[in-house]
Amino acid sequence: MLSTLSKEKRSFNVEEIRKDFPILEQQVNGYPLVYLDNAATTQKPNAVIDAISRYYRTINANVHRGAHSLSDAATQEFEAARSTLANFVNSPAPEQIIWTRGTTEAINLIAHCWGRANLAKGDRILVSELEHHSNIVPWQLVCEEKGARVEPVRVNQNGEIDLEDFHRLLDERVRLVSINHVSNVLGSVNPVKTIIDSAHSVGALCVIDGAQAVSHFPVDVQVLNCDFYCFSAHKLFGPTGIGVLWGRKQLLESMPPYQGGGEMIEQVSFSGTTFNGLPYKFEAGTPDIAGAIGFKAAVDYLSVFDRAELEAHEYSLLQYCIELGRAFESIKRIGTSDTQVGVYSFLLDGCHPADVGTLLDQQGIAVRTGHHCAQPLMKVFSIPGTVRASFSIYNTHAEIDRLFAGLEKARKFLQ
Amino acid sequence: MENPFGTNISSQDILESLNFFDDWEQRYSYIIELGRELPPMAEDKKTEKNIVRGCQSQVWLDYEIIDGKVHLQADSDAFIVKGLLGLILAAYNNKTLDQINEFDIDQYFLDLGLEKHLSPIRGNGLKAMVAKIKSFN
Repeated sequence: MLSTLSKEKRSFNVEEIRKDFPILEQQVNGYPLVYLDNAATTQKPNAVIDAISRYYRTINANVHRGAHSLSDAATQEFEAARSTLANFVNSPAPEQIIWTRGTTEAINLIAHCWGRANLAKGDRILVSELEHHSNIVPWQLVCEEKGARVEPVRVNQNGEIDLEDFHRLLDERVRLVSINHVSNVLGSVNPVKTIIDSAHSVGALCVIDGAQAVSHFPVDVQVLNCDFYCFSAHKLFGPTGIGVLWGRKQLLESMPPYQGGGEMIEQVSFSGTTFNGLPYKFEAGTPDIAGAIGFKAAVDYLSVFDRAELEAHEYSLLQYCIELGRAFESIKRIGTSDTQVGVYSFLLDGCHPADVGTLLDQQGIAVRTGHHCAQPLMKVFSIPGTVRASFSIYNTHAEIDRLFAGLEKARKFLQ
Repeated sequence: MENPFGTNISSQDILESLNFFDDWEQRYSYIIELGRELPPMAEDKKTEKNIVRGCQSQVWLDYEIIDGKVHLQADSDAFIVKGLLGLILAAYNNKTLDQINEFDIDQYFLDLGLEKHLSPIRGNGLKAMVAKIKSFN
């Protein structure tokens, strides 16, 4: 971090940033693309596309085992990526960064390795009603196997975690609390620091699903003092198919391996096999080398900016959207927490979200509609789904104008 | 269980109408209008047995086979999907199972320029509904 901080930062200019993302230049259904589905996945800058291409063109080789120069070069870049990601979340050591396929696999890994070794009958795991299915179902699977229980912490009508309910549910039978840092449906930023400290006070571990957080603000795992932190490259301008599980070193060391295969072993024999150390114990098989290098390029790209300037831009987009939404007849905003980033979720009176999405798509505007893999949250609000516009650093105020012009047209069709 | 699709409104009628329009706004207005002509399904028919789940919208499908002809009733919570159900019923309703299986629904949606809506990735339940109708016996 220090090395990047000492360098001159690139000043923020949204038009200049847009030029870094080639996909944004296209027309969709005859209109210039307005991409407002960033909570699903962000677009990739040239720096990432070029890094992946350069890897395959110049140094592609398997890592850690070849006795040749290409393999050395590939290994060096692959491990440099791990160090970059360690710096990115302020991990004490690079080996605490475990490569996974993404946030979902990271959570599954914890459930599989820590959960199966540690959970017992009568134990409880707390999640919130705000969670993505990928932070509910892995826990349900392991709890079913071990006779433990997953319990939801209530969410209020603003889309905020009900801390009173959390404290009511928290007792010494709670072994683990798993909460998202930012809601994928509403963009609410959860009070994770309070939740982590409270979880620790009863001896429970705390997992933070950071998939929707890392692209919006800096994350420091040491300040948070969480036990695990999970996130994906593709929501952070990097490639799909790779993500990170960050874990406390002692915990990772005490956990049994994840999958068996090459790389994760020290010695194999039919009388017994010994396992490799961190991080390789959890990384069986040839890893996503190009993905890791692309991920590094994404983090390096982001690091040249002053994050506060990017945050200010995204904040201004959201405030502008909320303002236009207030003036727009028959819109109902879902999720009205004071601490929100990057997401405007809403319904139009009498209009099904799927229809709104189809009509916006016809106008070149990409949003997400539906339950957003968060059916329990839809139940809290008694709605089948929402329309979700989600922002990133390359979106503009003019695009928000296009969104509302598109909604005006959709409303005429549907109401 | 009567509706105008497959009797008064044929798949050929729909093809001719939709191909007559030259912009998307007219086409989608027409699809939404078609949906309005589809009689709503009684709430007690919207059962677990009749639901075809999509992740973005839901479809309900009920049917009877009378004298070898399939009588379909369908509904959706989304207007555009409901219109698309009308397009499908224009081809399938009041037809024999042989006629249904002979009809090339993918080509029909391609000719209508609406093939993306019949894609399984769309998550609107239409593809699953077509498969369900074809499996009647």
